Amino acid sequence: MAEAIRLTYEISPDDFTRAGEASSDVKKKLKSLGVPPEAVRKVSIAMYEGEINMVIHAKGGLITVEISPDQILMILADKGPGIPDIDQAMQAGWSTAPNEIRSLGFGAGMGLPNMKKYTDEMTIDTVIGKGTTITMIVKI
Amino acid sequence: MTVRDAMEILNAKVLVGEDNLDQEVKSACGSDLMSDVLAFSKDHSILLTGLCNPQVIRTAEMLDIVCLIFVRGKMPDDTILEMAKERGLVVLWTEHRMFSSCGRLYQAGLGAGAFGGAF
Ligand SMILES: Nc1ncnc2c1ncn2[C@@H]1O[C@H](COP(=O)(O)OP(=O)(O)OP(=O)(O)O)[C@@H](O)[C@H]1O
Ligand SMILES: [Mg+2]
Repeated sequence: MAEAIRLTYEISPDDFTRAGEASSDVKKKLKSLGVPPEAVRKVSIAMYEGEINMVIHAKGGLITVEISPDQILMILADKGPGIPDIDQAMQAGWSTAPNEIRSLGFGAGMGLPNMKKYTDEMTIDTVIGKGTTITMIVKI
Repeated sequence: MTVRDAMEILNAKVLVGEDNLDQEVKSACGSDLMSDVLAFSKDHSILLTGLCNPQVIRTAEMLDIVCLIFVRGKMPDDTILEMAKERGLVVLWTEHRMFSSCGRLYQAGLGAGAFGGAF
């Protein structure tokens, strides 16, 4: 794997049952490329949390994953409402998810802190009314 | 213990993965909230849940869980079972509730595993 491999996924809005398909595909690819299990696990959890967020809080969007020999870069760009207060959103337990999402097993306010925990770098760029782009790096 | 031991302790039925019952399992976690499972699970091999949707399978997949146990008699549909099959997961089904399922497995020596939480 000398050159970077680039994967892109269109995330469809409001289709909760399909949320996670992209993360699942990335996990398979990383495993078949022989990426160390610990890095695969970190990418899987962080990307899955982010992908679920794109479906339940935003209107879907685009995920780009770049696999290099020394790191995995994930860019999750959505066209949702944006995040008004990033510090608050990053707090464990803070959630604006409706009850309906909670009955589906999500909405505990743990996703963003978990993404931070499992990645080496994470930045959030958000514009109210336009969307949010989350960039994450896992070092191999 | 093995997955087979867990199955016997819970009088569980095997829904998927008949041929994979002799895998060793060291620890388990039980929750209906996948958010918490993703945030707090570290190295669990069993997930017990009463939640029945495709995200249960994906959560198990992301965390490298080997065996899913549906408690309180919750019956997953064919789509969910098919997804589990594709991923090589074992799926068990028991009528015991969450508390007694976890209690029985814990009493039989299955651990709670490393605590992956605290941010
Ligand atoms: N892509 C996004 N667009 C807009 N708002 C978001 C986005 N991601 C997260 N948020 C906001 O940040 C809050 C916290 O997100 P986080 O992922 O930590 O928790 P959650 O999704 O509500 O619950 P959990 O992740 O535990 O299922 C959300 O409730 C939502 O208000
Ligand atoms: Mg979330």
